[in-house]
Amino acid sequence: MPMSQTIDFIIDGVEVSARPGQTILQAADEAGIYIPRLCAHKDLVPHGSCRICTVLVNGRPQSACTQPVAPGIVVQNDIEKLNNVRRNILDMLFVEGNHYCMFCEKSGNCELQALAYRFGIMAPKFPYQFPARDVDASHPDIYIDRNRCILCARCIRASRDLDGKHVFEFVGRGPEKRVAVNAEARLADTDVDVTDKALSICPVGALMRKRQGYADPIGRRRYDHQPIGSDIEAKRSATG
Amino acid sequence: MTTSNNLKRVIIEPVTRVEGHGKVSLLLDEHQQVKQARLHIVEFRGFERFIQGRLFWEVPVLVQRLCGICPVSHHVAAAKAMDRIVGGENLTPTARKMRLLMHHGQFFQSHALHFFHLSSPDLLFGFDADVAVRNVIGVAAKYPELAKQGILMRKYGQEVILATAGKKIHGTGAIPGGVNANLSIAQRDRLLQDIDQMITWSQGAVKVAKDYTVANLETLAPFGSFDSNHLSIVRQDGAYDIYDGGLRATDAEGNTIFDHADNQKYLDYIAEEVRPWSYMKFPFIKSLGPEQGWYRVGPLARVNNCDYFDTELAEAERREFMAVTDNKPNNITMAYHWARMIELLHSCEVMRNLLHDPDLQGEDLVVTGQRRGEAVGIIEAPRGTLFHHYKVDENDQVTMANLIVSTTSNNEPMNRAVRKVAQDHISGQEITEGLLNHIEVAIRAYDPCLSCATHAMGRMPLIVELYDHWGRLLDRKEKI
Ligand code: SF4
Ligand code: FES
Repeated sequence: MPMSQTIDFIIDGVEVSARPGQTILQAADEAGIYIPRLCAHKDLVPHGSCRICTVLVNGRPQSACTQPVAPGIVVQNDIEKLNNVRRNILDMLFVEGNHYCMFCEKSGNCELQALAYRFGIMAPKFPYQFPARDVDASHPDIYIDRNRCILCARCIRASRDLDGKHVFEFVGRGPEKRVAVNAEARLADTDVDVTDKALSICPVGALMRKRQGYADPIGRRRYDHQPIGSDIEAKRSATG
Repeated sequence: MTTSNNLKRVIIEPVTRVEGHGKVSLLLDEHQQVKQARLHIVEFRGFERFIQGRLFWEVPVLVQRLCGICPVSHHVAAAKAMDRIVGGENLTPTARKMRLLMHHGQFFQSHALHFFHLSSPDLLFGFDADVAVRNVIGVAAKYPELAKQGILMRKYGQEVILATAGKKIHGTGAIPGGVNANLSIAQRDRLLQDIDQMITWSQGAVKVAKDYTVANLETLAPFGSFDSNHLSIVRQDGAYDIYDGGLRATDAEGNTIFDHADNQKYLDYIAEEVRPWSYMKFPFIKSLGPEQGWYRVGPLARVNNCDYFDTELAEAERREFMAVTDNKPNNITMAYHWARMIELLHSCEVMRNLLHDPDLQGEDLVVTGQRRGEAVGIIEAPRGTLFHHYKVDENDQVTMANLIVSTTSNNEPMNRAVRKVAQDHISGQEITEGLLNHIEVAIRAYDPCLSCATHAMGRMPLIVELYDHWGRLLDRKEKI
């Protein structure tokens, strides 16, 4: 393989070979190094909004999901300083919305909750904001609970790029920002379909198929036994 | 501090931490006699509003936030209502039996907790004994074997809940139209290991309550007692049942007021009175009106109301229990404890029978059918009949919720018990230790939810304040 085909760099002291055009996050995934993320998803173009994936590249903060690899860079990921930043972001996300894990049907399958567990967050450290958010259950098979939305834009990208529709979009700014649908007001009036890929992509319990509820028993949910990211880390322990 | 008419008011306030709490105010007349007793219970409020707009399948899980002490009861009652919403009320045998096991596990742990932590000190030492001894620590010191059994029985009930609901609190096992998992062979075998031991210990617990009650019948019979109606659900054939059945109400003599009432039409039979001084409503049997129609729920009402238990040991105990009052309803407040232990034994026998039933390993978990917009789920919770009533719109969102919890049904009876005890034991303008203890013992017989915050410590702390009719503090006592 010609030299130009691989880009070698170091992440958390491990030598990693990447292909040109890959992001740091993609290269790390393949190498079995987990960089925490929320807005990034392997099937979607990066969005770079949540900043959970922030790493230090030669000492400077960059979001790993958007930053391309470069030869010889030194990336720091799993260090206390960055993990504290991540904890703070997660803490803020929890109080910014209305997240009631104890009765949320996404519990155990939720990426936000799983990250909080991975980082040892047991109780919120900021005061709850209790924002007034609404639920759109107008569609017979799908609902949006905006109380739980973390504005990651995954659904927007998935509908646009994977489903070839434009069902979701952001409206408003700052605290008013919310996921809207491309109809007058209601989900029922869009061309969303229960088979859309966008419906399987929400990291939290905001965009959901109806009447699934708690069909997954406790103990058989995605993050019941393994912390988030262990599937990626398993690759590394398997190879070396 | 308010005074009404010429009455002095004694305030007894349990110090609480997280859960609901109550206070007792006694109104004295100019002759230092108790004219009125009011038990104020701070009930959960705002819940009915909170639930509005939520998706109906969330309800069985989110209602568990209502109560830290018997969340499984709310889980099961809400699930029963939601079964009807999805047209899945005819559960598969596996789903039905999994829920039964969960529910009996809850009874077992709740009754074991109540008995060993709260009532056994009264029963073993007598409720006049020194409070320094008459507590769960005292029981542990003098009856270490019994205390150990109490802890392990509670733990067993919690293990059953864990195996059936997925978690000891805030489980998700019951879902609309069924359950989300069956019982694995490994779980079953683990639970079977100790079940015979649990039955033996349950028999021992019945004996403690029975021996105490029979030996002290003369003192106990008038203590905080009064005649009342009794309400519970019973199975179609009249058998004791805590999961399914129609409402039965009988009067103090055992005459039927109504029987096998349709649960969906409970509002035809039960109404709720609002009184200005209490947030908690006062339910009553409609046909009798608020004056005559109040009733008791819980272990005493259930054992009085049923025709028989369908398990051998509990049925033998029921016969002995009923013989004490010549097969008429037992109206003795302190008999709640004995009735509760018979139920504990029954739940244990039912669990044993279920664990031997291969249906629990079935694969057919959920049924659905014709969708409905409104439904009622009624079960017997450890403390008494529990009503859950919901309306759900075509978007699957809850538009109305009405709940009657057992402590609410027992509201009037507890007020009467407190008044009776206070009338019999008050002396002068001082709050005596004896008065405090007696009020506490009477309330505790009903195992109201207000005591839940204090379960962990195994006692019910009280603050008592005595005012004259100008509102000046005369006396204040704390009991921690
Ligand atoms: S609904 Fe879900 S996927 Fe869409 S922006 Fe909100 S959190 Fe992200
Ligand atoms: S995952 Fe990179 S910014 Fe969100």
